[in-house]
Amino acid sequence: MSTMSELHAEHEEHHHAPRGLMRWVLTTNHKDIGSMYLWFSFTMFIVGGAMAMVIRAELFQPGLQLVDPNFFNQMTTVHGLIMVFGAVMPAFTGLANWLIPMMIGAPDMALPRMNNWSFWILPFAFSMLLASLFMEGGGPNFGWTFYAPLSTKYSPDSTALFVFAIHIMGISSIMGAINVIVTIMNLRAPGMTYMKLPLFVWTWFITAFLLIAVMPVLAGAVTMVLTDKYFGTSFFDAAGGGDPVLFQHIFWFFGHPEVYIMILPSFGIISAIIPAFSRKKLFGYSSMVYATASIAGLSFLVWAHHMFTTGMPVQAELFFMYCTMLISVPTGVKVFNWVATMWRGSITFETPMLFAIAFIVLFTIGGFSGLMLAITPVDFQYHDTYFVVAHFHYVLVTGAVFSIMAAAYYWLPKWTGKMYDEGLGRLHFWCSLISVNVLFFPMHFLGLSGMPRRIPDYALQFADVNAIVSIGGFAFGLSQFIFLYMVIKCIRSGEPAPAKPWEGSEGLEWDALPSPAPYHSFSTPPEVK
Amino acid sequence: MSFNLRPGVTAISEQVYDLHMTIFYICCVIGILVFSAMFWAIFHHRKSKGAVPAQFHESTKVEIIWTIIPFLILIGMAIPATKTLLAMEDPSDADLTIQVTGSQWKWHYKYFEHDLEFYSVLASDMEQVKGKLKKRDNYLLEVDHPLVLPVGKKVRFLMTSEDVIHSWWVPDFAVKKDANPGFINEAWTRIDKPGIYRGQCAELCGKDHGFMPIVVIAKPEDEYASWLAEQEAAYLAKQAAEQELVAMTMDQAELMELGEKVYLKSCAACHQPNGEGLPGVFPALKDSPIATGAVSQHIDVVVNGVPGTAMQAFGKQLGLKELAAVISYERNAWGNDTGDLVQAKDVVAVQNAAQ
Repeated sequence: MSTMSELHAEHEEHHHAPRGLMRWVLTTNHKDIGSMYLWFSFTMFIVGGAMAMVIRAELFQPGLQLVDPNFFNQMTTVHGLIMVFGAVMPAFTGLANWLIPMMIGAPDMALPRMNNWSFWILPFAFSMLLASLFMEGGGPNFGWTFYAPLSTKYSPDSTALFVFAIHIMGISSIMGAINVIVTIMNLRAPGMTYMKLPLFVWTWFITAFLLIAVMPVLAGAVTMVLTDKYFGTSFFDAAGGGDPVLFQHIFWFFGHPEVYIMILPSFGIISAIIPAFSRKKLFGYSSMVYATASIAGLSFLVWAHHMFTTGMPVQAELFFMYCTMLISVPTGVKVFNWVATMWRGSITFETPMLFAIAFIVLFTIGGFSGLMLAITPVDFQYHDTYFVVAHFHYVLVTGAVFSIMAAAYYWLPKWTGKMYDEGLGRLHFWCSLISVNVLFFPMHFLGLSGMPRRIPDYALQFADVNAIVSIGGFAFGLSQFIFLYMVIKCIRSGEPAPAKPWEGSEGLEWDALPSPAPYHSFSTPPEVK
Repeated sequence: MSFNLRPGVTAISEQVYDLHMTIFYICCVIGILVFSAMFWAIFHHRKSKGAVPAQFHESTKVEIIWTIIPFLILIGMAIPATKTLLAMEDPSDADLTIQVTGSQWKWHYKYFEHDLEFYSVLASDMEQVKGKLKKRDNYLLEVDHPLVLPVGKKVRFLMTSEDVIHSWWVPDFAVKKDANPGFINEAWTRIDKPGIYRGQCAELCGKDHGFMPIVVIAKPEDEYASWLAEQEAAYLAKQAAEQELVAMTMDQAELMELGEKVYLKSCAACHQPNGEGLPGVFPALKDSPIATGAVSQHIDVVVNGVPGTAMQAFGKQLGLKELAAVISYERNAWGNDTGDLVQAKDVVAVQNAAQ
């Protein structure tokens, strides 16, 4: 008697999949698309990183040596845009594509053809953004936050390209988010109730709702920039009845939830890795879910904490201060739960665990500076200085990027069917850990002693610390090539990996699938008890 | 370089500093507790030391405790923060009012109660920036006309902008407020100690955002009063001298010499010293229809600016003589060779026509 899975296997043999390049262009398979997202993200990480290197090289010494201030502004702008929309977000979408079907017992994502589209429009968006750098007048030079009226009245001609690129990125994100929600709601294996979902799935589920809520807001903001610049409207021009501060309200109503879009899936990743290498169940599963949801909810109420200096009624400043401070409570709960998971575990320190531990410590430091920034009267001093730059790089690099690295090491055996080189992994970890702190920690000092953000040149007192920061930057950039080499080596010549290479890992992807996972994850839905 | 915030020289800035330190210490204590627990686990609950994993994975009691305690700590932080904020945001009963107007890339100060206003521009020249001249001690933190304020008086600032958003920030006063085009923001300070205080524009405002410093000199009240009287007299004398200029005629050498100076100081940042501009960003003056076309149109652009573009109105920033010189220079430099010499009276004629 042939079972469903045998029938399916037979079907797969007769499956005439395109080969060569067209296999990737036309693919609707969640694993192919996940891999493409991850490779695309790494490419953008290197491109955006190269721009950061230009910035750090210019700031190595006081004075202008390498680039002119206009080009410097283009570098800071495009670096930010690429890292947010090209590196961090697609990396998480790649992980979602790879892992969500395997974690919930589904054969693929629910909307595979849309999945193909949501990936393939991205390279066009970023080609357009990068091409704008070569236009007359240069690329976008108004910061990744593109405040009006600098972006509406005083921007280069390439602003239209910038706006269209953002539109396409937003469409891609929304399609990805719809796919995640539909997959999680409809394709769970029998018995996989919501409160049994792995935390990575939960965090992505919540993130996807955030994305659908705020991406249209961003689309609205850029469209208004477009019409203000090219079609004579004056949404953000006081002379025509508009308000430049309105731009910031709209932008940050998108922008603040956006920073949680870039960190919530990290919480899911860390909540998978810490229990695995502590050989102990995650402490407080349900409070982790509630904490994630409350962080997401609060993220909509705090946008104006980016704008305390714009001039707001004092009542509004107080409201946004209190709400912002409140976010540290659920975030604290998460950190305490991770520490409690490690407590009295049986811990080992493979590379994913090293990155996860570094995540907890460094993300918490970013959280502390976030709490300091929430205090409005002091925020006047920190705002738009390097203190803020230090804060969000701790959250986004040693937070989001480190968690992505941890995820890559943790699931690489499942993806490739081969083990990575542990020695290279540890080398990558230690090089990254040391250099990233040399890079970002001294920025706190620069900010406190008065160095503003986004300046191509600075007063002489900041020279030594900037030199140290730049050295850290170059070292961190170079360290990432160890990672690239490690991944290539793993794919080409790694030792074969067992189905469950990590003793303490739990979940359908380890228990019910071989390594590498088959092309269609679950042809028969597994029973979850 | 100091590695921490400075306590500053006002009662508010000291409160802000204390608040900063309090929250920093609280964060340190929480950090030490959390990280110690974590590193204890890392050292003692290692598999290589034979640790056997415990089975617990939730405790409602513990989770409630570590939700409530941080909440109480936050209330403890919010109380002093609220007090300081309410004090900071009360600009009432000021002794004097200064209007601060930002534009790309200079500050304009206007003393509301007096006949005095002036522009304040970076004093470090581009040769220092490019490394051709030795950088002075206060490199990038020095201006040609610092703002002068009295010690011990409540000074109210009204912030606005002529083009993009700038942000007026002097760390020692703990004052940072955005200057938004078309709107007016308020802030205030009361300086305790005489001295020179330096700050910078803190909002990305375009290409030369990094070159927009702020210098405030705080003087004791009597010194401030005599400074003010002197400046007011000089300001009025200058206004009168401007009127006399209308009758005078300058020769080409004088116009070109002064014109070049003014051009390099006020125009070269955008249009470049060679008059070629930055393609796609700032238009060239060399062979441009404005600089080689009708004289009156050229004067109008320089005096009144071009609304909706980065070209500002220089009518108030420059004197009649400087305006005449720089326009003549633009019409005769870089091979423009129109031979047109513009005099102060030509500028006045255009100004009058506009009115």
